[in-house]
Amino acid sequence: MVQVWTALFTIVLGIFAAVSWFWGANFCLDRLLPARTGDPVRNARNIHRAGLIRPWLFLGPAILALGLYLVYPVWESLFLSFHGKSGREFVGAANYRWLFADPGFRESIINNFLWLLVVPAASTFLGLLAAALTDRIAWGNLAKSLIFMPMAISFVGAAVIWKFVYDYRSGDDAQIGILNALVTWFGGDPQAWIALPFWNNFFLMAILVWIQTGFAMVILSAALRGIPEETIEAAVLDGANGIQIFFRIMVPQIWGTIAVVWTTITITVLKVFDIVLAMTNGQWKSNVLANLMFDWMFRGGGDFGRGAAIAIVIMALVTPIMIWNIRNARAEMEGR
Amino acid sequence: MANNPYRWAVHLSVVLFVVLWTLPTFGLFVTSFRDKDQIAVSGWWTALGSATRNDMFRAPAGEGEVEEGGRFTLTGSVFAGAGGHVKAFGISSKAPDAFAAGESADLGDGESLTVAQDGTFTLAGPESFKDRRGQRIFFTATTPPAFTLDNYRAVLFAEGLGRSFLNSATVAIPSTVIPILIAAFAAYALSWMQFPGRALLVAAIVGLLVVPLQMSLIPLLRIYNAAGQALGFDPKSYIGIWLAHTGFGLPLAIYLLRNYMVGLPKEIMESARVDGATDFQIFTRIVLPLSFPALASFAIFQFLWTWNDLLVALVFLGPQDDKLVLTGRLVNLLGSRGGDWEILAASAFVSIAVPILVFFALQKYLVRGLLAGSVK
Repeated sequence: MVQVWTALFTIVLGIFAAVSWFWGANFCLDRLLPARTGDPVRNARNIHRAGLIRPWLFLGPAILALGLYLVYPVWESLFLSFHGKSGREFVGAANYRWLFADPGFRESIINNFLWLLVVPAASTFLGLLAAALTDRIAWGNLAKSLIFMPMAISFVGAAVIWKFVYDYRSGDDAQIGILNALVTWFGGDPQAWIALPFWNNFFLMAILVWIQTGFAMVILSAALRGIPEETIEAAVLDGANGIQIFFRIMVPQIWGTIAVVWTTITITVLKVFDIVLAMTNGQWKSNVLANLMFDWMFRGGGDFGRGAAIAIVIMALVTPIMIWNIRNARAEMEGR
Repeated sequence: MANNPYRWAVHLSVVLFVVLWTLPTFGLFVTSFRDKDQIAVSGWWTALGSATRNDMFRAPAGEGEVEEGGRFTLTGSVFAGAGGHVKAFGISSKAPDAFAAGESADLGDGESLTVAQDGTFTLAGPESFKDRRGQRIFFTATTPPAFTLDNYRAVLFAEGLGRSFLNSATVAIPSTVIPILIAAFAAYALSWMQFPGRALLVAAIVGLLVVPLQMSLIPLLRIYNAAGQALGFDPKSYIGIWLAHTGFGLPLAIYLLRNYMVGLPKEIMESARVDGATDFQIFTRIVLPLSFPALASFAIFQFLWTWNDLLVALVFLGPQDDKLVLTGRLVNLLGSRGGDWEILAASAFVSIAVPILVFFALQKYLVRGLLAGSVK
């Protein structure tokens, strides 16, 4: 109970601190550089000066938090990746040399690339399919909401849900996992799916595809609805059939949105950690970078140098998308 | 009508989609209400109809027997509390369904056994059943669907999930509230105030949107540990995780809110400015109330993300039992109670109940936020 009160107290305190900062700083600025002094020249100068300072008062807390929690760590991680276990002694590129010789790292990065190939492609494709299909029927919104629902479920919750789907019972026991029940019903042999090296990767990926398809569907569905009617009507008049209209007229018009969905899911894939931790914890050759990094952070008291080096590899994989996003945003701002 | 088969195909495909996307969750949901013995022997899909099972019951060794005219009779129920219908029974494992319910089986030495349909058995013989091993009764029975809340009771009070639920709420709520104000002020400055470096800052926010959390973990852990040591407090505290979630949530918050605020009509701001309103007044009286939909979108995102998060909680709050959040508890249970699906299923639903409720109640804002955050 104490912790509930602490939490409530902190919420109130936090809001109070934020309000008093914004209000107080603004009040002080108005006092120091008043806009009504009776002297028009001074008024204009004060307004001008206050206008230079005020944006930074508004931005201050955000810049401070972003700097401490996101910008500084990037440099610090880079720095640590050239240092030893505790982060004190300089070791040069030893962590990276170790990284590229380590079989665990090789396994993780190969798996990560597999994830990168399969999950964004599958989620975007299934999302597009779901969007196109649900837009055509009366109960489409209900269907959408059900396909979208896994989005609200945590990766760990999803892992439990799917571990039950993949559940395996040896011998003649009745299979209680629905996948093995189906396999035996069709006359096949039940398998311990998540313990099959290589293929288990795909059974883990299915979980993320299951979660991300709804996201892709919602965004692509909005994009499909934004396509001007005339282009479709013209195609109908020219005698195109439904499939031709979809792939030749509609899809090309939403390429931009497809790319955004694809890259967003790609970034989620690079950060995926919970699913692997909960399903296999990297056993049976299913490890990925984020889980490997978590392992090194705490294994044997923690090796910060190696952990940071793995984080830098993840960052390097994200960087092209980051640059692409920034370029898009700048182009869009100039167009406004 | 060439259109008809095509329409059917669309309907069928959507049905298939919906079934594939809901069945896994539904299966675990049904399981969380089933009896733990039934979960272990039959699939959840059998739970909705009556299940047929083969079982064995050992009659008590003479306990409760009645003597009447030199014959001893022992009665009881093979179901031991649970309900069902006996179809057949037998007295050896080789022929477990040798007799139909209601028939009388001859055990030799003048003893006989009858099992009625409702599970009542009657053992009768010339000698007392005491000082012998209890008679084994094999039977085939259909059990009606039976659902129970016991699993939920067990996880909430015995497995520590109640505590974790409270911890999750303690983490998620302040982590959602704190960034909103900070982000709203920053977003206003980035959309409606003129100052040098504005475009650069917006670009930086867009870049920070994708910085992987993994980058921040080790440096922040070091800062927290150093600060904790220097100032003498526990580095793994709720305040630490609230601030961490605030920092990690800010890029999305600022980005979403700025995209929304930029789109507000310019005329309103200008006329307010002509009337002598300051930036502070414009922000608090006009922009903030108008931005409610965007604020709601972000709040939902941040709440779902902080409630569902595992990584940040493990690193900044730690794995100790009293600070474990729901996701962390669930991972622990997967390790320690791996095969106990009654525990896992109920725990999973305790942990996803709140996000699912939020999702269905506020879906409109969630979709709006997604669209504002991604479509460019």
